[in-house]
Amino acid sequence: MKILVLISNVPDTTTKIRFTGDNTAFDSTGVQWIINPWDELALTRAVELKEAGAVEKITVGNVGRQTTEPTLRKALAIGADEAIRVDAEPEDAFFVAIQLAEVGKDFDIIMAGIEASDYNGSAVGGMLAELLGFNSVSAVSGLNIENGELIINREIDGGSQVLTIASPVVTIVQKGIAKEPRIPAMRGIMMARKKPMNVVSPVEAKAKTEMINFELPPPKAACKLVDEENAKELIRLLHEEAKVL
Amino acid sequence: MSVLIYTENWDGKFKKFSFELVSYGAAIAKELSIPVTALSIGKVAEDELKKLGKYGADKVLNVNDNRFNSIDNKALSLAVAKAAKAEGAKVVIFAHNNLGKALAPRVAIKLDAGLVSGVTALPSGYDPFVVKKKVFTGKAFANVQVDADEKVLTFFQNSYEPVETENKVSIEAFDPQVGDEEFATTVKETNKITGKVLLTDAEVVISGGRGMKGPENWGGLEELADLLGAGLACSRPVSDEGWRGHEEHVGQTGKIIAPNLYMAFGISGAIQHLGGVSSSKFIAAINKDPEAPIFEAADYGIVGDAFKVIPQLIEAVKEL
Ligand SMILES: Cc1cc2nc3c(=O)[nH]c(=O)nc-3n(C[C@H](O)[C@H](O)[C@H](O)COP(=O)(O)OP(=O)(O)OC[C@H]3O[C@@H](n4cnc5c(N)ncnc54)[C@H](O)[C@@H]3O)c2cc1C
Ligand SMILES: Nc1ncnc2c1ncn2[C@@H]1O[C@H](COP(=O)(O)O)[C@@H](O)[C@H]1O
Repeated sequence: MKILVLISNVPDTTTKIRFTGDNTAFDSTGVQWIINPWDELALTRAVELKEAGAVEKITVGNVGRQTTEPTLRKALAIGADEAIRVDAEPEDAFFVAIQLAEVGKDFDIIMAGIEASDYNGSAVGGMLAELLGFNSVSAVSGLNIENGELIINREIDGGSQVLTIASPVVTIVQKGIAKEPRIPAMRGIMMARKKPMNVVSPVEAKAKTEMINFELPPPKAACKLVDEENAKELIRLLHEEAKVL
Repeated sequence: MSVLIYTENWDGKFKKFSFELVSYGAAIAKELSIPVTALSIGKVAEDELKKLGKYGADKVLNVNDNRFNSIDNKALSLAVAKAAKAEGAKVVIFAHNNLGKALAPRVAIKLDAGLVSGVTALPSGYDPFVVKKKVFTGKAFANVQVDADEKVLTFFQNSYEPVETENKVSIEAFDPQVGDEEFATTVKETNKITGKVLLTDAEVVISGGRGMKGPENWGGLEELADLLGAGLACSRPVSDEGWRGHEEHVGQTGKIIAPNLYMAFGISGAIQHLGGVSSSKFIAAINKDPEAPIFEAADYGIVGDAFKVIPQLIEAVKEL
């Protein structure tokens, strides 16, 4: 089996969010870029499956400018065999999915994250599946391959399921797919330098959505404190003032 | 033409957010001067289907076909797209939950529509169509312009108050004619969470962090949740340690929730934790450290020992 793990390059999750240009653009000054946390877990699971002998080859794919290469190198250091970067600005989910559909045809399993932690699109995996005519399973929290058959755990609204499905398939993964993200070892980092980083040109496509500006949530009023000895007062406030009980 | 709402039911009863979605869709439909169609897939009685009318649906398309129970994304999205085409849908609206997130992107491609997910408010404009969504896991919002004739939205629960109207609703059986070959998902096992308030549906959520010290100390929180009909949640270390099930973990890498009230006991309020709960209408925090960042996000707080506070809260709730 051949796996394509999609990698989105996102600001570190502790980044303080600021905007520039009259709130029309994200201020990336001083931002640390990381592999989107779910993509990192997806890749970790792919590496585990390869180590167990169920997968021959892992490719990581990204639509982005050259600035994303350090993130892709990290993915190679974690254990991917090769990287494909479509050299374009990821304008919106539709644009990205069109690009990935060009490079994703020949894989048995494509793994995407449930959302990118920056713009929370929750879109690329499903769009890509549809463009390729593949089936998709969402909210995947477990993936096993037994005798060439895919056994998937997924979360549904109000429970969980175990299912089987034939490949090719796009799995859209969430928490649980792997326990902890793999940290690249020294050996992996050395090896990553020699692994192929294939850069391809984008195909013609037009984005369908555009983020025209951003807003920060209104500042919160100061927290109203209740004395520990008089905790019952909290319930009164929630009942009578906030009216949520 | 119409606005199409994808509704969801649980054992034949609509989930509350389905009514929110219908009301939200009705407000959009009014601006566009077109009717509202609700799509219901599954076995739902006529009386229950009629309720969708009370919240603004003009028509209900009722699909009763057991094959969809397997939640096959390819087959289901085909059914929705067929309904959207049959109705000439201009806007298709899903809940921003597991199922909505799974189907909306596929439907958007089939309809050549623009997709905005995680929407939190009515559009601020219709020509061009601009709508607000959450970004950076609730740390900010973006106003998104859609440059396509058809729009697909996933809408956050608890972001719109359902409004009752006097509406005449027609109920029609609908067969989307999805062939057997479209179904490829074989469900081997389903574990439904029963006897508990679903976290993502709950209006009040009681949550515990590492400050609760161990799984044996959850009795008080459970009792409080029981009394309030609340859902139970926890921070990531709590589920990582196995003190509580993974389905209760909230935050950036867990569930994202937006209840009316979120009560955090012994939770420090790390930025990744707040990402999952900051859209709650009110946050109350109980933490013995006055410097804990949770107090910056909270509306109400008690600086103190959770173990002293919980029994008092239980008593107060009983007196309500
Ligand atoms: C990429 C990434 C993603 C993450 N995603 C998530 C996520 O989705 N959800 C999440 O929760 N975390 C997440 N985390 C972890 C997060 O950074 C914090 O480590 C975590 O939220 C801390 O959990 P906590 O508040 O329960 O524990 P702590 O930070 O240990 O806080 C315990 C608190 O309890 C208080 N306390 C102790 N005893 C008592 C007492 N008797 N009474 C009252 N208060 C008491 C303490 O003062 C302290 O503030 C993520 C981290 C990373 C790096
Ligand atoms: N520019 C990109 N390049 C490659 N994969 C991406 C890109 N953007 C998003 N993805 C993948 O799609 C998932 C969901 O992203 P999104 O739909 O943007 O929230 C991410 O977790 C990635 O797996």
